[in-house]
Amino acid sequence: MHYDLVVIGGGPAGLAAAYEAYENGISKVLIIEREKELGGILNQCIHNGFGLHTFKEELTGPEYAERCIDKVMYSTIEVKTDTMVLNIEEKYIHAVNGVDGYMVIKASAIILAMGCRERTRGAIHIPGYRPSGIFTAGAAQRYINMEGYMVGREVVILGSGDIGLIMARRMALEGAKVKAVIELMPYSNGLSRNIVQCLEDYDIPLYLSHTVTDVVGSGRLEKVVVQAVDENRKPILGTEKVFVCDTLLLSVGLIPENELSKNAGLRLDPRTNGLIVDETMQTSEEGIFACGNVLHVHDLVDFVTEEAQNAGRNAALYLNGTSAKAKTVQVLNGNGITYTVPQLINLSKDIKIKLFMRVSRPYYNQEIVVKCKEQVIASFKKKVLLPAEMQNIVLETKQLREIDGNILIALEEAE
Amino acid sequence: MYDVAIVGAGIIGASIFRELTKYNVKVIVLDKENDAAMGTTRANSAIVHAGYDPKEGTLMAKYNVWGSELFEELCRDLSVPYKRNGSLVLGFDDEDMERLKKLYENGQKNKVRGLRLLNREEVLMKEPNLSQAVKGALYAPTGAIVGPFELTIALIENGVTNGGEFKTSAEVIGIEKEGVVFCLKLKEGEPIKSRYVVNAAGLHADKVHNMICKESFKILPRKGEYYVMDKSQGGIIQHTLFQCPNKMGKGVLITPTVHGNLLVGPSSEDLEEKKNVGVTSKGLGLIQETAKKTLEHINYRENIRNFSGLRAISDRDDFIIEETAVKGFIDAAGMKSPGLSAAPAIAIDVVAILQQIGLLAEPKKDFQPKRHQIRFAELSPQEKQELIKKDPRYGRIICRCEQVTEGEIVESIQRPAGATTVDGVKRRCRPGMGRCQGGFCGPRVQEILARELKKPMEAVILDREGSYILTGKTK
Repeated sequence: MHYDLVVIGGGPAGLAAAYEAYENGISKVLIIEREKELGGILNQCIHNGFGLHTFKEELTGPEYAERCIDKVMYSTIEVKTDTMVLNIEEKYIHAVNGVDGYMVIKASAIILAMGCRERTRGAIHIPGYRPSGIFTAGAAQRYINMEGYMVGREVVILGSGDIGLIMARRMALEGAKVKAVIELMPYSNGLSRNIVQCLEDYDIPLYLSHTVTDVVGSGRLEKVVVQAVDENRKPILGTEKVFVCDTLLLSVGLIPENELSKNAGLRLDPRTNGLIVDETMQTSEEGIFACGNVLHVHDLVDFVTEEAQNAGRNAALYLNGTSAKAKTVQVLNGNGITYTVPQLINLSKDIKIKLFMRVSRPYYNQEIVVKCKEQVIASFKKKVLLPAEMQNIVLETKQLREIDGNILIALEEAE
Repeated sequence: MYDVAIVGAGIIGASIFRELTKYNVKVIVLDKENDAAMGTTRANSAIVHAGYDPKEGTLMAKYNVWGSELFEELCRDLSVPYKRNGSLVLGFDDEDMERLKKLYENGQKNKVRGLRLLNREEVLMKEPNLSQAVKGALYAPTGAIVGPFELTIALIENGVTNGGEFKTSAEVIGIEKEGVVFCLKLKEGEPIKSRYVVNAAGLHADKVHNMICKESFKILPRKGEYYVMDKSQGGIIQHTLFQCPNKMGKGVLITPTVHGNLLVGPSSEDLEEKKNVGVTSKGLGLIQETAKKTLEHINYRENIRNFSGLRAISDRDDFIIEETAVKGFIDAAGMKSPGLSAAPAIAIDVVAILQQIGLLAEPKKDFQPKRHQIRFAELSPQEKQELIKKDPRYGRIICRCEQVTEGEIVESIQRPAGATTVDGVKRRCRPGMGRCQGGFCGPRVQEILARELKKPMEAVILDREGSYILTGKTK
């Protein structure tokens, strides 16, 4: 089997990337998806709020997915669902499914769009027993929204990321008693609109600077112990609160899923746990591109689509032999910035580049300053910067052509 | 009426069970839980010790060295993961080095093969990532690692294949003897009658013993807590690394597992109750602190699971393997470390004891020693292709982290003594053992269980009795 382009992952990133490459003249394209259906995690996100940027209207997750899938279905892009990629060697993809068996697929270019997975109890070392009733928020969402089963009656949620907040509301709507949302940090990691619409509207209390310090239950979960934490995030003795509950949902972060990338020898960024890419979304290996949550965890699918289109377009340019290499600058992070994507910028063409980034804590009245050594290249005033909300700035390659060295992006107090 | 009833389907009970099915005897193994390997067997260091540690002349020394010699063939026969990776006991100062010498001498007396004292350079050559503070080590090439619950389940299954019976959710609450026949009363269901009883009840062996015998020992639970790290960390060492026991305690071990993860632990805490298997931040902190001595940099962010188990420490300071004052009632108790390593040898001797006291046991001519389990992830591309051609369910990967297929999961359910719970499937063929901890595959494994066992989804539970997953349908 040989394809011009193989896209690994049929979620919003993979779908948009494949379609964009197709639109740019690449005809032999294959999408490989491990689930039975295309659409990725959007399929279980039945709430609305998707698509305001991309489609200028408010859609549910499945509706957003449908629009991406439809485009692919009316193209010549091939799709293999229920198919798992086992590894990638050079540009050969080893995959299996029940119909074709073991396949070795040759690709002239590859786009990685495997998405991310949830952090689990183990990753954050929650002590206590190991009863049933402890779910990652996404797993609970799948049971409820896709399989039609309820996972519990009395619920505590650890982590105020967006999935945690959305699930607080979802569980409440299904008749469960959501007793508390517990957040380790002194601020929420979810979008403000979700705090209002998912917690405040349902009178669900949010405990900031708290964490779960014990889990009790022999068969099913019976109760959790919650404690306040000090500024070093260590539990404070004497602040124990007991919540009787049969369910603990964990919304404690997402990790880009890069086992395939690691095995293929691609370079990863320890700041994002994602791949290192340049402005064309190309990874450290020529002809292998990446987009979506496999790069860094996005809060809006609209930005995933945009990033994926960029990857698809550039994969097409690569396949048509029109991509060029020139001087590359590295994007470094300074004060207050935890990461930026892309990490590398190639100056071969005059283009605008959107740089995505996150800040390390809430900041107010700042400037995002782009510098090379002491020379300020650009600056962007921001009134509010929250870790939960991905920021972006636009640079032009022109601005970078004259500089000598790498660029540093950092926050400075605005005057 | 049975010839032999074994109480407890942990590694000891399961080993004795399978050993007995080599003979023409009617044997049953009972467990109070809903599966085999549900006690100490499922939560320990998963190590086959070489045998230099137990004091010369003890039962522990005898069965450890003998047992460890039996593992390789046993695991090959039963298709159980086992690897002889060798172990190192590390010394960090002169006192440690003295102790290592004593351990070496003890090991020689115990007839452990291949023991060697290594100097600093030799140790670092074997394990370059070790702390530079290491001074030397005792090297035991026969030290090995194994999958303890896989082995136990395989022993039970093979015993059932060879005509033995396995009964779960069968808690023994009383034992009486009428003439030469024991009557084991169960919490639920008909009592079990048997001519001989083997008490392999692990943590509860004292309780079972006292149901018919005069009290002669006590089992004291000692808790050990562990970290299981992602496979990304599994390759940083090759050997099982012990710290030299000293006045500060036994130290903690760091070892690769047979599946390529890294295991760090255990802590050690004596408990009053036999129920507490919770992990504590104190215990975990202690492990991190102690393990630093061996490996300075362990990335605990790559932790995927913590667990704790209770070791069954008897007040006799040795294994208890003997016929009791009640004729026909045999104890196989006090199985602290090296209980797992000793199990295959203990099984042989318990059968010998039974024969000495009158069990008529003719070898079975058609005993089938082998079982085969498909592990998709370990096959070559050609083997994978052929397998999928025969059965497309082996082409559907359900657990992406461990690359476990639907075919393997169905097989784990349909085999004799097959899985009935989500964790039962996990212990047999690993879906959910990986870095996402069943976040993606849990619901799908549950679906397959429901389909194969013809149960509604809500009736499929996670693990022990009472560990329900779902509370009903959505609105």
